[in-house]
Amino acid sequence: MTTKKTTAAGDYLKIDQEQWIHMYQQMCKIRTFEEHANQLYLSAKMPGLTHMYSGQEAIAVGVCEALRVDDYITSTHRGHGHCLAKGAEIEPMFAELLGKEAGYCRGKGGSMHIADQTKGNLGANAIVGGSAGIATGAAMSAKMRGTDQVAVCFFGEGALGQGLVYEAMNMAQLWSFPVIYVCENNMYNEYTHFSQTTAGALLDRAKAFGIHTAEVNGQDVREVYLAAQTLVERARQGGGPAFLLCHTYRFYGHHVGDINREYYRSKQEENEWKTQRDPLRILKDWLTEQNRADDSLFESIDKQVAAQVEAAVAQALTAPYPDASEVNQHVYAE
Amino acid sequence: MSTPNNGERILTFAQAIKEALAEELRRDPTVFIIGEDVAEAGTAFKVLTGLVDEFGPERVIDSPISEAGITGLGVGAAMTGMRPVVDIMFGDFITLTMDQMVNQAAKIHYMSGGKFKVPMVLRTTMGATRRSAAQHSQSLHTWFSHVPGLKVAVPSTPYDAKGLLKAAIRDDNPVAFFEDKMMYQTKGHVPAEEYVIPLGVADIKREGSDISLVATSSMVYVALDAAVKLAEIGISAEVVDPRTTLPLDGQTIVESAKKTSRAIVIDEGYEQYGVTAEIASVIADGAFYYLDAPVKRMGAMNVPIPFSPALEDLTVPTAEQVVNVAKMLCGRA
Ligand SMILES: Cc1ncc(C[n+]2csc(CCOP(=O)(O)OP(=O)(O)O)c2C)c(N)n1
Repeated sequence: MTTKKTTAAGDYLKIDQEQWIHMYQQMCKIRTFEEHANQLYLSAKMPGLTHMYSGQEAIAVGVCEALRVDDYITSTHRGHGHCLAKGAEIEPMFAELLGKEAGYCRGKGGSMHIADQTKGNLGANAIVGGSAGIATGAAMSAKMRGTDQVAVCFFGEGALGQGLVYEAMNMAQLWSFPVIYVCENNMYNEYTHFSQTTAGALLDRAKAFGIHTAEVNGQDVREVYLAAQTLVERARQGGGPAFLLCHTYRFYGHHVGDINREYYRSKQEENEWKTQRDPLRILKDWLTEQNRADDSLFESIDKQVAAQVEAAVAQALTAPYPDASEVNQHVYAE
Repeated sequence: MSTPNNGERILTFAQAIKEALAEELRRDPTVFIIGEDVAEAGTAFKVLTGLVDEFGPERVIDSPISEAGITGLGVGAAMTGMRPVVDIMFGDFITLTMDQMVNQAAKIHYMSGGKFKVPMVLRTTMGATRRSAAQHSQSLHTWFSHVPGLKVAVPSTPYDAKGLLKAAIRDDNPVAFFEDKMMYQTKGHVPAEEYVIPLGVADIKREGSDISLVATSSMVYVALDAAVKLAEIGISAEVVDPRTTLPLDGQTIVESAKKTSRAIVIDEGYEQYGVTAEIASVIADGAFYYLDAPVKRMGAMNVPIPFSPALEDLTVPTAEQVVNVAKMLCGRA
């Protein structure tokens, strides 16, 4: 039971340049995706609400970069980032957000329920903490089936209020399941600061079960990636579960409709995070400093991603809705 | 709050709920509210905005995201002298409160031979068509209506919501109170004078003679809308609102069915095994010799609620569908 110390900067240099660029690309994709999702809401083109992942990109990307395609993840109501980072395509995601037949779930799930079976994404979840059992069960299954797959359970610090999380963690440690609990502490459970809802220290919750823990700056994809890599390999080798606490911040509202937020957090706080702890900027600056990339490279990535996302949105907007006959299909497996 | 020409005091459903809570918090120091984001945020639906300013964070308590926990705390506090109002944001999350409500709250009075009481209210929401998908759209009031020891309210108007909520808070039993989240902005007359509506008394929302439309919560508006359309073709529909599903005012419902000799029961819970089934059987039993047609029931389609607007709207009964069924029962199809 140890808490991993932050990695020395030297370790980052051992990672391939390509891989860092890929991580930048992925983060950029998530950021751009969310900006367009927000626009779709603001222009009344998207049914319902959605929860933007902007600001937390380094966590989904850093963790998923350490996973194989056949590893599992479970995600949350704030799930677009996890989904994209695990390899989802943009087009069927936007189609799902708009309730179209071409969506990942044929329009039946929507933003909070995107699942991507081909990439090991067992699904987003609109019940806070609701996926703790699913992720742990997937890890149990991997062990029973004798594969070396690993499962990652993404959740916000708010989920630490749910009893299920503790029942699952207890069994994971007891039976040494290959599952990583990734707690994204963005400091707010909806509109309430986590310090008003959480007793004690977050990591102590996992430590109490004897679960191996680590803690990182969730804005720095380098830290997240190296920590995740260690924990994932450890789990793959039979080392059992781990709990990774990531400190982070959501740049926008709890959901796209949460626009006036000053009653629960200040503009100044938001600006500080946005300007000084932007995960994209942190990686960009470091790569530039190291002479591993320059502005023109980032510009071309940004442009390419923007074009891709815009095309996907346009496609989703004109795509057809599912046929009425779909409504009572898939209630039971046949 | 606005005052139209006829001098009626008009409130939204949300304002009526807040007023009931404020009055009871003022009247009785043992009443308190606990739930996620109920204080500063005034709930996710902004229903309780401002209550914390008057009553303070000791009585309007922001909780962790712990539905089972806050319901359990409610039960214990209720057993020992308090009157908690537990706020469960989405009705879908009552699944997380089930043990505390069903095995604890509902049974404690009986199991203790009448010694302990559990005077608590669990306020929650129901209702689809908000594009919130399968885990945020269900109407699960039937589940609690199945359990002896619980009471269940499903108000349809601001007036009823206020009067019933005050009764629920004063009741010595656990009461589950379901508010359709699509109705929070619905407006209606709410008098300034204090009043309480007893649990278990149905209300005739519109009188008629050819067919009874027994409807709950937002389905009352679907029924009223259908009644207007039916009147245009010469069918006189009576709209009966049970207001609580437990206790159920079977007498008023049966009387109406006896009078009209036909009945449709409309409720937004899943149709299978739903509130509609119970009420239909009460009518079939009590009005059998008076009925000219089988009792029909209409509920939410028996599917997880789909996200896509193209599909979601198909799952909830509409006025047009009610009109068609009514015409059929009246031999006018
Ligand atoms: C069981 C349950 N309770 C309440 C909610 C309503 N809700 C949705 S998101 C949220 C806050 C979640 O906070 P956190 O887990 O920290 O995730 P974040 O939104 O910060 O990403 C709440 C209370 C829910 N979806 N599920």
